Amino acid sequence: MVLVYVNSANGLSKAAFETVTYGKKLGDQVVVITNGSASSDLLSTLGEYGASKVIVDRSVDGEDAQQLTRLVASVAQGNGASTIVFSHDLIGKAVAPRLSVRLNAGLVSGAVALPEGDGSIKVNVFSGKAMGLVKVNSSTKIISLLPNSIQPEKSGSACAIEETSGNAGSAAIKVISTKKPEGEIPLPEAELVVSAGRGLKGPENWGMIEDLAKSLGAATACSRPVADIGWRPHHEHVGQTGVAIRPNLYIAVGISGAIQHLAGVNGSKVIVVVNTDAEAPFFKAADYGIIGDAFEVVPKLTAAINKFKASQN
Amino acid sequence: MKILVCISKSPDTTSKIAFTDGNTKFDENGVQYIVNPYDEWYALVRALEIKEAGGGQVTIITVGNAADEAVIRKALAIGADEAVRIDADPKDAHYTAMQIANYAKSNGFDLVLTGKETINYNGSQVGGMIAEAMDLPFVSLATKLDVNGSTLTLEREIVGGVQVVEVSTPAVVSCAKGMAEQRIPNMRGIMAARTKPLQVVAPVAVEELTSFVSYAMPNAKSAVKMISPDNMDELVTLLHNEAKVI
Ligand SMILES: Cc1cc2nc3c(=O)[nH]c(=O)nc-3n(C[C@H](O)[C@H](O)[C@H](O)COP(=O)(O)OP(=O)(O)OC[C@H]3O[C@@H](n4cnc5c(N)ncnc54)[C@H](O)[C@@H]3O)c2cc1C
Repeated sequence: MVLVYVNSANGLSKAAFETVTYGKKLGDQVVVITNGSASSDLLSTLGEYGASKVIVDRSVDGEDAQQLTRLVASVAQGNGASTIVFSHDLIGKAVAPRLSVRLNAGLVSGAVALPEGDGSIKVNVFSGKAMGLVKVNSSTKIISLLPNSIQPEKSGSACAIEETSGNAGSAAIKVISTKKPEGEIPLPEAELVVSAGRGLKGPENWGMIEDLAKSLGAATACSRPVADIGWRPHHEHVGQTGVAIRPNLYIAVGISGAIQHLAGVNGSKVIVVVNTDAEAPFFKAADYGIIGDAFEVVPKLTAAINKFKASQN
Repeated sequence: MKILVCISKSPDTTSKIAFTDGNTKFDENGVQYIVNPYDEWYALVRALEIKEAGGGQVTIITVGNAADEAVIRKALAIGADEAVRIDADPKDAHYTAMQIANYAKSNGFDLVLTGKETINYNGSQVGGMIAEAMDLPFVSLATKLDVNGSTLTLEREIVGGVQVVEVSTPAVVSCAKGMAEQRIPNMRGIMAARTKPLQVVAPVAVEELTSFVSYAMPNAKSAVKMISPDNMDELVTLLHNEAKVI
């Protein structure tokens, strides 16, 4: 069977539906393991995406990867899991590698597709500048799936919930405080992203970028120098040394398109570039290009989006 | 505090990426290697700052061939005290992590630091694997790290926010942006690096759990469609009808 770890601490995100759909498409029975206090009603909806059962440990808060690893390992071994699927998000990145050592199971990190005919799995390498096919040599396999790699699909109905506890040991990490800015869309999971660079001249000019993002329901991002000088927070920095993203739409405003920037965003399905310089390298990587001044183009684009949205209602 | 910093080489960020041997091997021709930026800018520099403030020792470790010693010397030039090279091809993340864990276990470190990920394979795997192999706590994607006796106070990225956590040493931490500022080695550092100890250690036998079968370049983009800055309605129509993303 396929065991899928789902992070339900903030409710169920699209990543949860993606990983369960992925597990289902591997062709075997899917069991979900999760932790924390999400309601059973909510968890049972994972059945719609193909889970046959959700196992939940209410005593584990999920803040300590070592504890989560023990939990997932005990459920995997207890149920004879042949494949364990994670989302390649912050929790997946912390738990999947530990589990690989604990179960002596090969890990495919950042999978972007279902296995090929020979069982090998596609991943991005060299920060998205190339792709590789990875084969797992061990009998148990672990796959962490890059967010936005497959579309969630409904295939069933609500499933049963089973409670478990006592296999995770205690947590070594003590949480002192947690800060979660309200209302922001987490960048790695965002389907639409509006990003801006040094071409914007100063942090006071980001209002129009936020307006555009708001009208689209998009997350905001930036180039590295912009985060380095402190115009924008570090977590918005995308690129080879920042966050790598693959949204459906990436709008880049006043960003030149340096190779290190492109490395983090060239997995985007559609790229729109706004730049005053017709020679900016970003146009070579773009689907739609606008040669123009951001200060004129962006407000016009926001107005056009608002008009379009109004016509849709 | 005894700190072990895991260092990986990675191709210079401007390197042209190509493959040979029927797309089964990375083409190293003309590729310049650098210290993986996360390892250098954040893990190594923070380790040096901790040592400067409270004393101790900073050891760097890499799994690699003799050719990788240039990268090791660069890390020594920035200020590490000594280096260890496990003499093996870093076959995959698990192989690499098991080599490092094996060395670390028998040499008593208070803190093992890695970068957030390498910029060539971007797996984010080695830190967690070392921690599990050593049965230690692992704080991933830390953006701040302070030491107070045997207590570490860290700030880390979590889904949709940041969190302050505490953990006791020994522990493994992966370091992300915010933890420290890049340091440029000076002439004295570069001279001193030539004579700092570099120990070469034979690898232990470890199973290869994963292997790369082949590589491919992404499909070439079709030509960009240019749109007049005065016609944003057209762009919105194209995004809706043609690209189907809004
Ligand atoms: C090891 C290494 C790692 C790196 N990692 C990253 C990374 O992860 N992410 C990253 O982004 N960078 C990274 N960089 C930096 C990268 O090389 C570039 O320097 C950076 O991406 C440039 O940022 P930018 O496009 O915002 O600024 P610039 O290169 O200064 O470009 C600004 C652009 O704005 C345009 N412009 C100016 N005015 C306007 C206007 N009014 N309207 C519209 N357009 C305008 C200009 O024509 C220009 O194209 C890295 C570099 C190194 C060496």
